[in-house]
Amino acid sequence: MVPIEIRDVTLVYDTPGGKVPGVKEIKLDIGASEFVCIVGPSGCGKSTLLNIIAGFLAPASGQILIDGKTVSGHGTDRGIVFQDFAQLFPWRTALGNVEFGLEMKGIAKQEREAIAREQLRLVKLEKFVSSYPHHLSGGMQQRVAIARALAYNPSVLLMDEPFAALDAMTRDDMQRLLADVWRETRKTVIYVTHNVAEAVYLADRVVVMTPHPGRVKTVVPIGLPRPREPLSVEFLDCQKELLRHLGHDTTETEN
Amino acid sequence: MSALTERGKSKRSLVRAIITLTAAAAFYEGISYSGLFPQVLLPTIQTIAVTLYSMLADGSMFEHAAYTLYRVLFGFSLAIIVGLPLGILMARFKHVENFFLPLVSALMPIPSFALVPLFMLWFGIGNLTTILIVLYAATFPMLFNTWSGVRAVNPLWLRAAGAMGADEQRLFWKVIIPGAAPFIITGMRQAFLRAWIAVVGAEMIAASDWGLGWVIFDSKEFLQTDVMMASIVVIGFIGFVFERLVFGSLERFTVLRWGMVRAAKG
Repeated sequence: MVPIEIRDVTLVYDTPGGKVPGVKEIKLDIGASEFVCIVGPSGCGKSTLLNIIAGFLAPASGQILIDGKTVSGHGTDRGIVFQDFAQLFPWRTALGNVEFGLEMKGIAKQEREAIAREQLRLVKLEKFVSSYPHHLSGGMQQRVAIARALAYNPSVLLMDEPFAALDAMTRDDMQRLLADVWRETRKTVIYVTHNVAEAVYLADRVVVMTPHPGRVKTVVPIGLPRPREPLSVEFLDCQKELLRHLGHDTTETEN
Repeated sequence: MSALTERGKSKRSLVRAIITLTAAAAFYEGISYSGLFPQVLLPTIQTIAVTLYSMLADGSMFEHAAYTLYRVLFGFSLAIIVGLPLGILMARFKHVENFFLPLVSALMPIPSFALVPLFMLWFGIGNLTTILIVLYAATFPMLFNTWSGVRAVNPLWLRAAGAMGADEQRLFWKVIIPGAAPFIITGMRQAFLRAWIAVVGAEMIAASDWGLGWVIFDSKEFLQTDVMMASIVVIGFIGFVFERLVFGSLERFTVLRWGMVRAAKG
């Protein structure tokens, strides 16, 4: 819903072994309501970049503008979904978890319950509003996390490999669900993944990063019509192109 | 169906407990009747039961227990009021930890009984001294467990809550306290246990006329081992009730229900 500008963002990690570059001179413009995936091998700084956008890490130089305003620290204009299922509050029901951000905003009980129910319906969990997280499967817990991040209506949704810990079948369902949610809510989404097929399925554009230090190698637009068909020739061509940028031999089949 | 098997399990565990207790009682009764020791020193269970019944019937046992409970609950509550916030502050703010940790480490190993004579000189005989001894005994387990619990709070919860706009105060009430709940409940259990042990000891020397500790110590003068035994039974019973019913229920309605701790298998 709002554009994001990433201007020459650099971050250096101070480790006992010396300074390790995290990300270097990242430049990227993301349009309003755009779905951008960031792919790259482990250690390429894709999660670091996401954490900088989220405001959990401060860049050494450069800046990030969301809707023209410089990011400093975290804020409720961004919703965040992590990979770890444990991100949910175990002492709150699914509904209670989704209500949390609304509570922080000071929204009255009745209204926030109505909003939270609506968000849970959006992720198809209306039957599980009063379940505690430990009674839900991994995929359901991640759906609660998505509903929770959307409930207080941030303009940007940041997702850090949210489906990486799920089994392949559940992951496919979740990708379809997320594509639907995005179509309905029109959030600006930045989605970090190391799964090329996932990136092609979800993204308007895919940012390919390379490690040591983390830089943007290239940006690949995915022009396929939605909903996308993962078994189509065009889909596989996009995957091949991304794999080529990532330095994989495309004569081998990618699972 | 699962409720039935649950009930079946708890019934079986009750039967097992009864078997153990009956065997222990029979062993005791056997020694008491054997004449190995004078019966005045080792009264039979029958004698103890009669004494206990009469002390319950005339209300004196209730009064002793009430005094002891008043002291223990007063001191225990103060220990929570002191230990819980201090433990949280120590875990959240480095300078608070730097200041208090050496003090806590130095004071914690001192047995509360070692302070009873000193407290008697300072505060006299009676409720104040016993309550303060209880406070001393219960504060450290409360503080230490809370401190550990807050440090063990999943950083993802803090990140998620921060991203959703939680300020420090709401982070405290809505994330840190429930997030540290398994440790806090363990802290309360240990604190109560220590408090219960301390109160009986403190009453023996620093209380007068009432209290379960006092009545045990006083009975020594009159060789009333049956009164001593009856009081010990009551002490054990009250401790058991608190441990199982109060803290057990607290655990069942919170951290067990939330899946933050799991019941043992089998």
